[in-house]
Amino acid sequence: MTEEIIIAGFGGQGVLSMGKILAYSGVMQDKEVSWMPSYGPEMRGGTANVTVIISDERISSPILNAYDTAIILNQQSMDKFESTVKPGGILIYDPNGITRHPERKDISIYSIEAAEKAGELGLSKVFNMIVLGGFLKLKPIVSMEYIHKGLQKSLPARHHVLIPENEKAIEVGKELIKAKQTLN
Amino acid sequence: MAEAIVNTELIQPENLVYKRTELLTPNALSYCPGCGHGTAHRIIMEVIEEMGIQSETIGIAPVGCSVLAYDFMNIDMQQAAHGRAPALATAAKRLNPKKYVFTYQGDGDLAAIGTAETIHACNRGENIVIIFINNGIYGMTGGQMAPTTLPGMKSSTSPYGRDVAMMGNPLKITELVAQLPGTLYVTRQAVHTPVAVRKAKKAVRKAFENTKLNKGLSFIEIVSNCNSGWKMTPRKANDWMVENMFPFYPLGDIKVNE
Amino acid sequence: MKGNEAFAEAAIRAGADGYFGYPITPQSEVMEYLMAEKPHERTGMIVLQAESEVAAINMVYGGAATGKRVMTSSSSPGISLKQEGISYLCGAELPCLIMNAVRGGPGLGTIQPSQSDYFQSTKGGGHGDYRLLVLAPASVQEMADFARLGFDLAFKYRNPVLVLSDGAIGQMMEKVYLDPQRPRFTDEEIKQNTPWATTGKTPDRERNIITSLALESAKMEQHNIALQAKYRQMEEEEVRYEKIGCDDAEYAFVAYGTSSRICQKAIQLAREQGIKVGLMRPITLFPFPKKIIAQMTSRVKGILVVEMSAGQMVEDVRLAVEGRVKVEHFGRFGGIIPSPVEVVEALKKQIIGG
Repeated sequence: MTEEIIIAGFGGQGVLSMGKILAYSGVMQDKEVSWMPSYGPEMRGGTANVTVIISDERISSPILNAYDTAIILNQQSMDKFESTVKPGGILIYDPNGITRHPERKDISIYSIEAAEKAGELGLSKVFNMIVLGGFLKLKPIVSMEYIHKGLQKSLPARHHVLIPENEKAIEVGKELIKAKQTLN
Repeated sequence: MAEAIVNTELIQPENLVYKRTELLTPNALSYCPGCGHGTAHRIIMEVIEEMGIQSETIGIAPVGCSVLAYDFMNIDMQQAAHGRAPALATAAKRLNPKKYVFTYQGDGDLAAIGTAETIHACNRGENIVIIFINNGIYGMTGGQMAPTTLPGMKSSTSPYGRDVAMMGNPLKITELVAQLPGTLYVTRQAVHTPVAVRKAKKAVRKAFENTKLNKGLSFIEIVSNCNSGWKMTPRKANDWMVENMFPFYPLGDIKVNE
Repeated sequence: MKGNEAFAEAAIRAGADGYFGYPITPQSEVMEYLMAEKPHERTGMIVLQAESEVAAINMVYGGAATGKRVMTSSSSPGISLKQEGISYLCGAELPCLIMNAVRGGPGLGTIQPSQSDYFQSTKGGGHGDYRLLVLAPASVQEMADFARLGFDLAFKYRNPVLVLSDGAIGQMMEKVYLDPQRPRFTDEEIKQNTPWATTGKTPDRERNIITSLALESAKMEQHNIALQAKYRQMEEEEVRYEKIGCDDAEYAFVAYGTSSRICQKAIQLAREQGIKVGLMRPITLFPFPKKIIAQMTSRVKGILVVEMSAGQMVEDVRLAVEGRVKVEHFGRFGGIIPSPVEVVEALKKQIIGG
């Protein structure tokens, strides 16, 4: 098993930390992982993306041209990464702020209205976990047991009280994700 | 030439009034006759001998005339890149907190190329001793203008005298470091007369004793001559120093904290 | 763990005595991690943020001269500033560990990863005839491993060791296994292992002097001859490399660090297309595995050197190959990482079809 994922959106949306939690969870489940951010000079704002690879084998390149799954959280990232999903792969996006929806016919497309739901439930701090939940529904490559361990590992100890909230958000995401187009 | 007459009767232990410290090597000093470096070396080595800390002392030599200080000082020494002695000393001291660490630097080294290292070591309050020899000129490279060259003073790169409008002002770095909270003891001394030498030696002793307090950096400027660079006889150079250097760089303690 | 963090943690565990650095992207995590870890409480290790890269490398000199395990890290522009100090460290034969998280240049350049400091790292960089022992990690694991290996080689040869990383390896996270804590040197060990160190002159020995200065040319020449003998010994004993998929290969990539990871993916892609290509990854850039590369020419028909530079290591590969097979360079630079697909296309165009 090798799963090659790109997560892309605005800085501050929790793109990098979503990837980090996924990567740490993979480590906890004794997978090989790599987490490769695109980094810029600014701390907030701007676009952010991270490549996460989870595999049973030694990982070759941490930087890729094509992905099994693209998780897209803003329009710039849609423009940049829609074309990089492998044929037969998956694109997950939050329609919030998206003006041009994905058009590819050779991939499966899912939408998750995570921003809206997070606002409703007062879970905006864990918006990214809702999105992660959606992904895990489709690709349960790490189990919730190891996600819990990954959260423990990647969150600073003072934030461990928030782990239940994070896990709740993941469950919300699993329910929320909707298929827009699936391949036969 | 007359043969030297040696009165062997006088060379008796009970008649001994002065002895070169064992902490100076037998190597002949390479400094110009009349230069203050030799005396400055001697008083530092005497202090280290008197305190019995030879085995606990690390000296740092700079670039400049005293680049070869380790040829004369019989202690463990490191030779630094130009201006960087306080950086070396910072690490040597922090990694060896029980040792006595001092730098020995000239004006070009300490107050021009090494200004940042000087200011920051002083400001951090590194628990070291800095000995700063100020002769107002770059001696080793042939008498170029230094950051401490006086207004109007001639050097090979200010052949018509230092024009402050064009070349900037001399830097009183000793007064400057005295302003910093990390310095414990800042003083300006000289070694041109026996009285001055005794005072300077006292200051060096105090500085090394301060190391034990662990309360900050001790900084001793020694105003000296460079008779070769100044193109004067040794005697004339000392007179010129008293008349011109001392008014601009007045001797005495600038900061004495306990 | 991020590569930079793994390097920092591994350094603590390798028994480092001191770190002296100055912030610069993309490697500030090294000092941030060390400061957060309070190694002074864990092992007694000193961590100090210097006023400049120049001061930091000279602090390394001052600490190394007392026989301690000391280190610094920086990124390209900062490493340029350290070159004077590195030359002095080599001249004075002081052991230390330096890490360069290379970013694109010249000048202020970019903060994105690059491999354009190969010449600087392997051919000099500062003044004088000297060599650094250069280790090129290609994974977070190797960032950790090379911190300890780097210290050990530095002391074996009384020479600085450079870990030539880049922004990608420093910023990426992978699984990493860390060695257990090794104690720092004791005063007694320093006396035994580094009798040259300036620890205070005791009556049982002559004074120790750490210097790179010898005003007499004859003496300086002898010093240089001794340094060269040491570098030849490194070439005999320390060459490290990894070969991947070379057994049946008709073509080979030569790449180090991040580029070698891209090439591993490119091998998969190329083999899916029926192209038998392997990878020769130099782990030591000095000493360079020139004999191994020379031997490869009896089998492969062409070599593509993949670097995130305009072509630097390719010169050493060509010297090793001596014209026996075609050697071409493919690179992206200025902070761009080549993609695996691009590398396969370059192989087809420049080597197979060319």
